[in-house]
Amino acid sequence: MKILVCISNVPDTTSKINFTEGDTKFDTNGVQFVINPNDEFGLTRAMWFKEKQSATVHVATVGGPQTEPTIRKALAIGADEAIRVNAEPTDGFFVATQLAEIVKTGGYNLVIAGRESIDYNGGMVPGILATLLDMNFVNTCIGLEVDGTNATATREIDGGKEKLSTSLPLVIGGQKGLVQESDLRIPNMRGIMMARKKVLNVVEPVDVVKHTQDQKFEKPTPKGQVKLVDAENVGELVELLHNEAKVI
Amino acid sequence: MSVLVYTESDKGKFKKNALEAASYAHKVAQEVGGSVTAVTINTEDDATLGNYGVSKVLKVSNGQLDTFNAKAYANVLTQAAQADGAKVIIVSSSADTKFLAPILAAKLSAGYVPNVVAAPESTSPFVVKRTAFSNKGFAHTEISSDVKIIGVSNNAYGIHENGGSANVEDFSPSLSGADFAVKSIEVDKVVGKATIADADIVVSGGRGLKGPENWGMVEELADVLGAATACSKPVSDLGWRPHGEHVGQTGKPVASNLYIAIGISGAIQHLAGVSASKTKVVINNDPEAPFFKAADYGIVGDAFEVVPKLIEKLKEFKAQNA
Repeated sequence: MKILVCISNVPDTTSKINFTEGDTKFDTNGVQFVINPNDEFGLTRAMWFKEKQSATVHVATVGGPQTEPTIRKALAIGADEAIRVNAEPTDGFFVATQLAEIVKTGGYNLVIAGRESIDYNGGMVPGILATLLDMNFVNTCIGLEVDGTNATATREIDGGKEKLSTSLPLVIGGQKGLVQESDLRIPNMRGIMMARKKVLNVVEPVDVVKHTQDQKFEKPTPKGQVKLVDAENVGELVELLHNEAKVI
Repeated sequence: MSVLVYTESDKGKFKKNALEAASYAHKVAQEVGGSVTAVTINTEDDATLGNYGVSKVLKVSNGQLDTFNAKAYANVLTQAAQADGAKVIIVSSSADTKFLAPILAAKLSAGYVPNVVAAPESTSPFVVKRTAFSNKGFAHTEISSDVKIIGVSNNAYGIHENGGSANVEDFSPSLSGADFAVKSIEVDKVVGKATIADADIVVSGGRGLKGPENWGMVEELADVLGAATACSKPVSDLGWRPHGEHVGQTGKPVASNLYIAIGISGAIQHLAGVSASKTKVVINNDPEAPFFKAADYGIVGDAFEVVPKLIEKLKEFKAQNA
């Protein structure tokens, strides 16, 4: 099994979000970048396939040189090789098309991506990638077993889950559940040292027609003051929810 | 020009988000000077979509499609869009729709923008407002492709009735075995209970509740309100509640009318995930909890005393307003 894990370089979940250049760009000042959490669950599952089923695991990202610390972290966690497509990830179609090139040339039969990146939240890269390459696709994947070329996947649905059977070649949009939070790995010193020597190929992007473009960003309007209700007078909350907020 | 809308259903009945998507499609059709065509799959009462602005229904009846299948459904929509010459396609934000929309986008070489929260700001150029950075911000995004797909956020645009009527035509797309290469084996779904995605009210518990054995009152409160239950990330990581209940930046987003947070301090990741809820209530014994800055109503107090009282008051309220 040859696995490609697609990694997005995103602001840490605790980041405060600000915009710059007339609200046209995300302000990276003081922001810590990490492996997109949905991708990290997938990477950790890929490590399991490497250890238990002798899979080869490569990681790929679409981004500038500033994304390399995040890629090195994926290598330190245990990926064998990395590929960086040297381009700004402008929209989901662009990113999926770049990754499709890598999957085609690399001959991967399992592609693990996150269900969405926590920055631009497009949630479309794995689905577009699968369709461009005519590979099977399971989104919001919370469980994956592979036996030969047969795969059993579980996906989260609204109000429950669904078990699916399919086969390789397969693309999944993964999330928490593929592995548990407690299974996530912090790179150790040996992993970090080894990661420095691992191959990180940089490739140039292919041309893609632009479909969408973010023109401007804004922050939500700040919330007004909270209305406090006395703990001894809970009935007042019921009143407010009925008469003022009109939600019950 | 035709605006196509995928009107999602569950066991033959249209979902709330289908009516919201249809309402949104009607708005877009008005803006661009066109009419709305809906695609339905194995549904009843198709003509009722007229009330939400649909002029024509392409009705698909096919036993193979009784269980949702993303690739097959995307193929149905692709053929419908081509047959109808649709340039704008409206879909919802359910888990199923977010599964099929990227496939549809690739098949039609369409630009797809999900999580859209308002009617288009302009249609030439075509610009929509969507959430970004996991609800910590908004983006105004231009779609420049010939065919455009818009995913409408739950409970953002709203359902608008206009008393129109729709013509229903049968539509028979051609599907092949390849469309069913991912097969459903088993669906494990809560029945008869509101889900976080659809619920008008969500009641959520955090680590302040001290242990899974104390969730009885959360469930009782949810029952009284007809609400879905949810939880914070630490609670799901500790295994107190199933992962499907985790709401927040890396869990499910919540866009309900009312969100009640009990014993949740309000970490930035949690607040981001629930920020689309219209009214937020926090119950916490720590007056310094960050959630008080993000909530509309708050009670500083011990959840184990406040929640049972709230349940009692709500029962009285329900009895009076029944």
